[in-house]
Amino acid sequence: MPDKKQDLIDQQLQDLNNDGVDRRGFLKCMAWAGTGLVWTMSGGIPVSRAFAKSSGSGKDAGVAADFSFVQISDSHIGFSKPANPDVTATLQVAINKINAMPDKPDFIIHTGDLSQLSKPSEFDTLDQALKGASAKQIHFVPGEHDMLSDNGEQFLERYGKGTKGTGYYSFDHKGVHFIGLVNVANLKAGGMGSLGHEQLEWLEDDLKGRSASTPIVLFAHIPLWTIYPEWGWGTDDSEQALSYVKRFGSVTVLNGHIHQIMQKVEGKVSFHTAMSTAFPQPAPGTAPSAGPMKVPADQLSKVLGITDVNYLVSGRSLAVVDSPLGA
Amino acid sequence: MTQKNMWIAGLAMPAMIAMLLMFAGQRSVAANDQPSAATAAVKIDNFVFGPQTITVPVGATVTWTNSDDIPHTAVSTDGVFKSKVMDTDEKFTYTFTKAGTYPYYCTIHPKMTGKVVVQ
Repeated sequence: MPDKKQDLIDQQLQDLNNDGVDRRGFLKCMAWAGTGLVWTMSGGIPVSRAFAKSSGSGKDAGVAADFSFVQISDSHIGFSKPANPDVTATLQVAINKINAMPDKPDFIIHTGDLSQLSKPSEFDTLDQALKGASAKQIHFVPGEHDMLSDNGEQFLERYGKGTKGTGYYSFDHKGVHFIGLVNVANLKAGGMGSLGHEQLEWLEDDLKGRSASTPIVLFAHIPLWTIYPEWGWGTDDSEQALSYVKRFGSVTVLNGHIHQIMQKVEGKVSFHTAMSTAFPQPAPGTAPSAGPMKVPADQLSKVLGITDVNYLVSGRSLAVVDSPLGA
Repeated sequence: MTQKNMWIAGLAMPAMIAMLLMFAGQRSVAANDQPSAATAAVKIDNFVFGPQTITVPVGATVTWTNSDDIPHTAVSTDGVFKSKVMDTDEKFTYTFTKAGTYPYYCTIHPKMTGKVVVQ
């Protein structure tokens, strides 16, 4: 069975690489449950390879500045409905998976919805679990579930020390510029995610004067591209944010919120959403709503997962590898 | 008995009569009302407020109930009312004392919008 699945993936990749998709074209809404995929950006053209064939690729360049980090998302600690009665256990599996990686990630990025209801006890449970991660540095951005009731004060107190405004910030790591954005605060009736004027101004300023050859990683909870407006899966003012990164040679956008893998490559910008560590959500428009999706118990670990991002200094490229919790 | 106490007693009597009259008046108004008009329900199901527009008389109490597996809120766009976060099966009630149109939304999922029309 695994071989058959692998063949299918190879076939898909073959099709992708030979279908004449140009730089302006994009690879739309591809989701592989139960597998992984490497994206390598080269001069704005995406090159994809199956996960299984790429192990050890992080060492190809042999340069000290190569590194990897892991993205986890949507832990929803406190959720206990049928879609996953034990989200703390599945988060633990995700952490074990990170700890078992042969190439240790330099840090972890959590793209929001740490908690289900912003309760102190939920944040406590998350902290306790993350203490066991081999990577000690964790960068957070909030999801809408982390900013209930108190406008995110508690989140900022715990995870947003030294950040600006609603919790946005940037940092540099081995030549890559990382920017954490908040698009879940002050949401307007009828709208989707929102960054807001103040944050956009800060972003423009943050990017000013940086060399166009600096690889940029943008991360935020709600997708920064419009996936499905009917379910609010997008960010109203993301176009403006993306206009500021247009001049850069390599831009990687990492999001959560939709609990499934989706990717799109547009010019030099590659968009990616991660699986949740808690529960899956339906593909756009395939259910009456975006609510938690119940799958058979033995299938759950195949639709939850983590995302490993490898930076290869040789090509100034970031390779994104998704892997489910259960093989 | 001092003069002051007599004065209070003199005031108390008309006040009591007035209150009795008031209660009697209220009772007669209540009897003319439709008892069901005083309350209305909005059910939150599959990320939708149902019904999306609800029309109620002045003085009606509206109850929102969240039937989803995900928390929601019902917050007036104009700042008139604001629910706490409603987890599964939790409720929020608000009594509308003035006529008008009250648009509201879920601050967690702002695509979810609704309207209360008070006549």
